[in-house]
Amino acid sequence: MSPRAAWRFEGMGFAEVYDYSPGKADWSASGLPMEGTRANEPTIGEVAWQDVPTCAPAEKVGAARERVRKAGWDRCVVLNEGRVVMGLLREKELAANPEATTEEVMRNGPATFRPDESVEKVRRRMRARGASAVLVTTPDGRLVGLLTLSEKR
Amino acid sequence: MPKEAFRDGVLRLLKQGAQLVDVLPREEYEETHLRGAINIPLKELDRKSTARLDLAAPVIVYCHDYL
Repeated sequence: MSPRAAWRFEGMGFAEVYDYSPGKADWSASGLPMEGTRANEPTIGEVAWQDVPTCAPAEKVGAARERVRKAGWDRCVVLNEGRVVMGLLREKELAANPEATTEEVMRNGPATFRPDESVEKVRRRMRARGASAVLVTTPDGRLVGLLTLSEKR
Repeated sequence: MPKEAFRDGVLRLLKQGAQLVDVLPREEYEETHLRGAINIPLKELDRKSTARLDLAAPVIVYCHDYL
């Protein structure tokens, strides 16, 4: 729709026309300001735990496990240098060989949700699938936080 | 020829005074839109509906996403 609009603007004599093709979905999912009657509904980006433990792919599982448990968590998100989600360590992976790297044992390609999605809708889907927590990332895969099923970790 | 813009470019253009136009139907605009955007639905896009805009200033149009 927006490419046609951009051409139409140009045809009407506008000198400099841009098509923001990723559009409203990209803007909203990136946490940028929105207006409108539904703009203030709670989103998962607002309630996700931003202090979820993270580790680098080259970190040893033993070191990550110690840090995660000390912080009172049972999972850890594996991030690259750009804070892009590479994988997830749950209790099972955290209990793996302490000398292995997190990259070797991590769960690849965990499901992620965008921060602008409705808390109610995502939690309903989580309940239906039996998921106790899901990752929240920006459209380009950067970690925002971890959404849990309840208000507790 | 219109240029494609991405998030960072849009933010920069807005700081420079670009005009932001949501071309989605009015109901969708009323639910949510980018802060500061005006609404001119694609079906209503003509010289009359765009008369309030400045021909010389950059215009950024958007809809929901790529589709």
